[in-house]
Amino acid sequence: MTGWLTRHLQAMLFAAGRLTRAPLATGFTLLVIAIALTLPAAFGLVIASVRTATGDFASAVDVTVYFKQGVTLEKAQQLAQSARERSGVDRVTLVSADEALKSFREQSGFGAALDVLGDNPLPHALDIRPNSEATTPQQMEALRRYLAAWPEVELVQVDSEWVIRLNAILELLRRLVTGTAALLGVGVLAVIGNTIRLEIYNRRAEIEVTKLVGGSNAFVRRPFLYTGLFYGLLGAALAAVLLLIALHLLGAPVGRLAASYGSSFRLLSPGWREVGSLVGVGAALGMVGAWMATARHLARIEPRA
Amino acid sequence: MIRFDRATKRYPNGREALGAASFEISAGEMVFLTGRSGAGKSTILKLIALLERPTRGLVLVNGHNTSSLPARKIPAFRREIGVVFQDHRLLPERSLFDNVALPLYAAHAPLREIDKRARAALDQVGLLDRAASLPMELSVGEQQRVGIARAVVSKPKLIIADEPTGNLDPGLSLEIMDLFRRFNDVGATVVVATHDLDIVKASGLREIVVANGRVRDPGAEPELPHMEAHR
Ligand SMILES: Nc1ncnc2c1ncn2[C@@H]1O[C@H](COP(=O)(O)OP(=O)(O)OP(=O)(O)O)[C@@H](O)[C@H]1O
Ligand SMILES: [Mg+2]
Repeated sequence: MTGWLTRHLQAMLFAAGRLTRAPLATGFTLLVIAIALTLPAAFGLVIASVRTATGDFASAVDVTVYFKQGVTLEKAQQLAQSARERSGVDRVTLVSADEALKSFREQSGFGAALDVLGDNPLPHALDIRPNSEATTPQQMEALRRYLAAWPEVELVQVDSEWVIRLNAILELLRRLVTGTAALLGVGVLAVIGNTIRLEIYNRRAEIEVTKLVGGSNAFVRRPFLYTGLFYGLLGAALAAVLLLIALHLLGAPVGRLAASYGSSFRLLSPGWREVGSLVGVGAALGMVGAWMATARHLARIEPRA
Repeated sequence: MIRFDRATKRYPNGREALGAASFEISAGEMVFLTGRSGAGKSTILKLIALLERPTRGLVLVNGHNTSSLPARKIPAFRREIGVVFQDHRLLPERSLFDNVALPLYAAHAPLREIDKRARAALDQVGLLDRAASLPMELSVGEQQRVGIARAVVSKPKLIIADEPTGNLDPGLSLEIMDLFRRFNDVGATVVVATHDLDIVKASGLREIVVANGRVRDPGAEPELPHMEAHR
């Protein structure tokens, strides 16, 4: 165990030493990695911000079902229960005709006019809230049809179709960002792999001598893996810093702009969890890139006499 | 310790550098490999260190058949052998200490042992006070001594050297050969390839002569005059 630890500590120190020996080159490589990681992270953050800002609406996709006049309260309750049992339905509220009238009286100020009518003109109604995962246009249409098929139903009204569209757009953007992130991830792999490849060829003599005195492939490989890991970690950390700087610079103006439109929209700051996963992704890319480079190039270097 | 049995080495370009060479070197012996340039001395050493495998025939080193030793066992095999080069092959960016300690790092030795042994090896070649220097701060002779310290640091049973005195003046050459003899005195088997026939003659040690890829093994030809000196 302690042997294992010293082995890895040594390899880490070697790797760190190599990075600091050429600070300018290391810096440029880190910057490239950081930019490649910052872009998808920033887009992801913007989308998350929009989602949060519209989140209240998004889950407020309400469906209102108006029953025909003369449908009894018992029947309405029965139907409310069936609606509740349908999957994708979060909450069903029965608004009886009496309650509807009462709230109308309180809110509209036309109470006196209603008294003249004598009979309550309002039907029983159901307020149905689908759960937020079930708001794709297809799902909403299926729900509407299901409800409209009941003979007791006069009208099914789906509110806020724009929210559905917004959700669809956000989903599309999310996929675009995922695709871009995957491409840039491959780019980071290539940058790290290529940097390690150059490093391997610069240290050819050292690798040969090390193998000659009995260094195993694993021993020779280890510092390079740590080099890759450090590139990934530091690149991701730099990306997080760039992201925070960008947020710092843009946050206030975006807030002011949104406020001028009467919106409380603001850019979200990444939390520890987001920064953590960014750094984790960077570290993984670094290791994998270094692994691929060493697997390809290290075995080819054999000592000569 | 070392046995070549009709070992043949043909390089990929078709050149046969060694033809059916047979000889033995026993444990604790010190032997010179001599012969003209291009005779095949380095090829023999490369076969011993498993930098090359024989095309035909057998090369046995430390009880291992180098033809059939699997690749994953090569590092451990090489750790039993100390190698010295004419151009010493020191790592220019590393201190003398780190250069000498490299085989111990590669063997995953504990840090305390690395420290102790690397210092002892530097001390044996008289360079302990330069442990923190870089190789380029040394003279050629001193660099060669560091190369020797690296070869002996893990106390290998077998030390091979390819023209270790090639770049040195006669005085320094004797000094280096003295070092090898000291390691031989404490039990190491030593094989030195050299052009320097004066040193060989003066040493009175056994000489394996290589000519045109053929080995004249004095052990198999007892009528040769310098056998007296050897036995
Ligand atoms: N890697 C190689 N590929 C092809 N031919 C080689 C290779 N190494 C050596 N040879 C050839 O094999 C022959 C023996 O070479 P070797 O290096 O063993 O000679 P040597 O006795 O060490 O010579 P020198 O005293 O000049 O070092 C030479 O003709 C050389 O050209
Ligand atoms: Mg040679």
